[in-house]
Amino acid sequence: MLLIAVLWIVEPGLRNPIWASGVIRFAVPLAILAACQTLTMLTGGIDLSVAAVASMAAYIMATQTPAQGPVVAVALGLAATALAGLVNGIGVGVFRVHPLIMTLGMSLIVLGLMTVYQLQMVTSGSIIPESVAWLGGGTSFGFFTNSLLVFVPLAALIVFSLRRVGFGRLLYAVGDNEIAARLSGVRVWQVLVTLYVISGLLAGLAGIIYGAVTRTASVTLVERFLLPSVAAAVIGGTSIFGGRGGYSGTIVGALILTVLTSLLTVLQMPEPVRQILFGAIILVVAAAYTRITDES
Amino acid sequence: MTAAAGTVQGSAPGRTGGTVARVVRRNAWTFGLAALLLVLFLVTRAIKPTYGAAELRSLAIGALPIAFAAVGQAIVVISGGIDLSIGSLLALTNVTAAALMAGGSEESAVPVVLFVLFLGLFLGAVNGLLVVASRVPDIIVTLALSFVWAGAALLVLKSPGGGTAQWLKGLIDGTIGSEWIPEALVLLVVSVALVWLPLRRSRLGLSMYAVGSDRLAAFRSGVAVAPTKVAAYAVTGLFAAMGGLSLSMSTGIGTPVPGPYTLLSVAAIVLGGVSLVGGRGGLLGPILAVFVLALIRADLTFLNVDPNFTTVVQGVIMVVVVMVGAFATLRRRTA
Repeated sequence: MLLIAVLWIVEPGLRNPIWASGVIRFAVPLAILAACQTLTMLTGGIDLSVAAVASMAAYIMATQTPAQGPVVAVALGLAATALAGLVNGIGVGVFRVHPLIMTLGMSLIVLGLMTVYQLQMVTSGSIIPESVAWLGGGTSFGFFTNSLLVFVPLAALIVFSLRRVGFGRLLYAVGDNEIAARLSGVRVWQVLVTLYVISGLLAGLAGIIYGAVTRTASVTLVERFLLPSVAAAVIGGTSIFGGRGGYSGTIVGALILTVLTSLLTVLQMPEPVRQILFGAIILVVAAAYTRITDES
Repeated sequence: MTAAAGTVQGSAPGRTGGTVARVVRRNAWTFGLAALLLVLFLVTRAIKPTYGAAELRSLAIGALPIAFAAVGQAIVVISGGIDLSIGSLLALTNVTAAALMAGGSEESAVPVVLFVLFLGLFLGAVNGLLVVASRVPDIIVTLALSFVWAGAALLVLKSPGGGTAQWLKGLIDGTIGSEWIPEALVLLVVSVALVWLPLRRSRLGLSMYAVGSDRLAAFRSGVAVAPTKVAAYAVTGLFAAMGGLSLSMSTGIGTPVPGPYTLLSVAAIVLGGVSLVGGRGGLLGPILAVFVLALIRADLTFLNVDPNFTTVVQGVIMVVVVMVGAFATLRRRTA
C-alpha cells in the first residue's frame, strides 16, 4: 500500500492546488462507486448495475428539480436507487441468482426504463440544483473540494463499519465462507439484501455528485465509470472472490486511476493510445498487487 | 468433486454412465430452449402472418456475430474463465479484415480471412497467457484487455470504413436447398462443428471441462491447467475472429467501436445453460439462446413496443431465466 502511495506522489509532474482539486473532484464519485464494488466483492459478489443506477439518480434529480424542488428531487433519485438495490438484493440473496447476472440484468432494466422516462421528460428540462452543484462540484478557498465534506465522513463510516461494526464483519464472514456463516446463525439473505440496498444508495450518491461535477444529466452519464470502479477496488487489494480487502485501499485505487486518466489527458495522447495504456496499466498494477499480497 | 473426477477419467463429458443426471439436466435445458424457440416462432407467425423465409434469413444474418461471440464465451466459461474483451476482439478483427480487404481483389481476400482467423487465435492466446501469468482474476484481466483491444481497433481504423470482398458477403446472403435454410445459419453450424466437435472429443476438450469443474482436482489428476486455459482463450479468440468476419460480411465495412457483444454473449450463455462457475454446459444451448433473444427483439418491434423497452425486457428475461434455473437446481438438490 505504501508503495502505491509513493508511486502516486512521484508520478504526476505537475502538482498545483487547482489540478489537485480537479483530480479529487473526479476521484470522489469514482471512489464512492468503487465502495459499492468493494462491499459487494467482500461477499464474493459484484455490482455491475452501479453505473446505470448512478446515472438514474442524477437524471431523476435533474428532471424533478424544476417541478418538485431540490430536496424532494434528491430524495426521489435516492429512493429509486434504493429500490433498484432492493431488487438486486432479493435476486442475489433470496433467489440465489449469480450477482454478475443479476446486476447486469438490472443495469439493462434501469437503462431501458430511464430511456423511456427520458422521452416523457423531454419537456420538463433538467436543472442541477445550486446547492447540490456547490456541494458536489464546487471548491472553497480556491482549492478545497466541497464534495470532500460528504466523502470524508462517508469514507470514515465505511472503513469504521467494516472493521468494528457487526454488519461489516458479517460481510467478511459471508464472503469468506457462506456456509460457515450460515451455520453460525447469520441470516445470509438479510445481509445480502441490506448490502445491495446500501450499494444502490451509494451508487445514487455518486451519480448525484458526478452530475454536479459535470453539471449535466443524462441516462448514460456515469457509464464510463463502471469498469474503473471495479478496477479501483481490485487495485486497492479487494479480492473478487470475497472475504479479503478493505475500503482504504479502494480509495487509493480510485485516486491512482483518476490521476492516471488526467495524466494521459494532460500528455495529449490520442484516444486509442490512451485506451491501450489505461488497460495495460490497470493490468500491470493489479498483477503487481497480486504478486505482493501472494508473497507476504 | 466426484463429478469432476468422473469427467476427467471418463471417455467424453456427458456421455459416461456416471454423469447421467447431468446429461438429463443439460439436455432438458436445451430441449426447453428449443421448445421456447419454436413457441416464439409460432407467436411471431401469429403476430405477423407474413413472417417467412426472408425474415428468417435476415434474422440469421443479424444474429450471426452474436452467435459466434456466444459460442466463444461459452467455451471460455466452460473452462472456468470469462472473457469480457470479446466485444473488443470482434471490433479489432472486424476492422483488421476491413482495412486489409479495402480495394483488394476478390482472390486476395482469402489470405486475409486466414490471417484474421489466426489473429483471433493469437489475441485470444495473449488473453489466456496474461490471465495465467498475472494470476489476476480472469474477469479483471479481460476487462483491462478490453480497453487495449478497443484502442488497437481505433488505431487500425479511425472511423467506420474499409471494404469486404463480394464473395464473403455472398457467403451469408442466400439460402441453401430449401428457402427456409439461411446460408448464415449453415455457416454458423459448419464453422462451430468444424472447431468444436473434434475439440470436445479430444484430450484438450476434456481438460477444459475438468479445469472448469474443479481446477485443483484437475491439476491433481494430471491435467496441465495453464496450457488448457490458454488454449480455451485462444479458441474463444478464434470464434471472436469469426464473429468479426461475419460483421464484415453483413455490413461490408469495419467498425472500430465495439458493439454490445460482450454483454449479449454473457446473457446468451447464461440463458443457454452454461454455468458461470464453469465445467457445465454445451454450445447448442447458447446458440439457441441467441436466436431466442433475437426473435424476442424482432417480436417486440412487430408489436410496436417502444424500442427502449426492449432493453428492459432483455434484462428481465435474463434475470428470470436464471432464477428459474436456480430454482430447478435447488429443488433437485433437496429432492
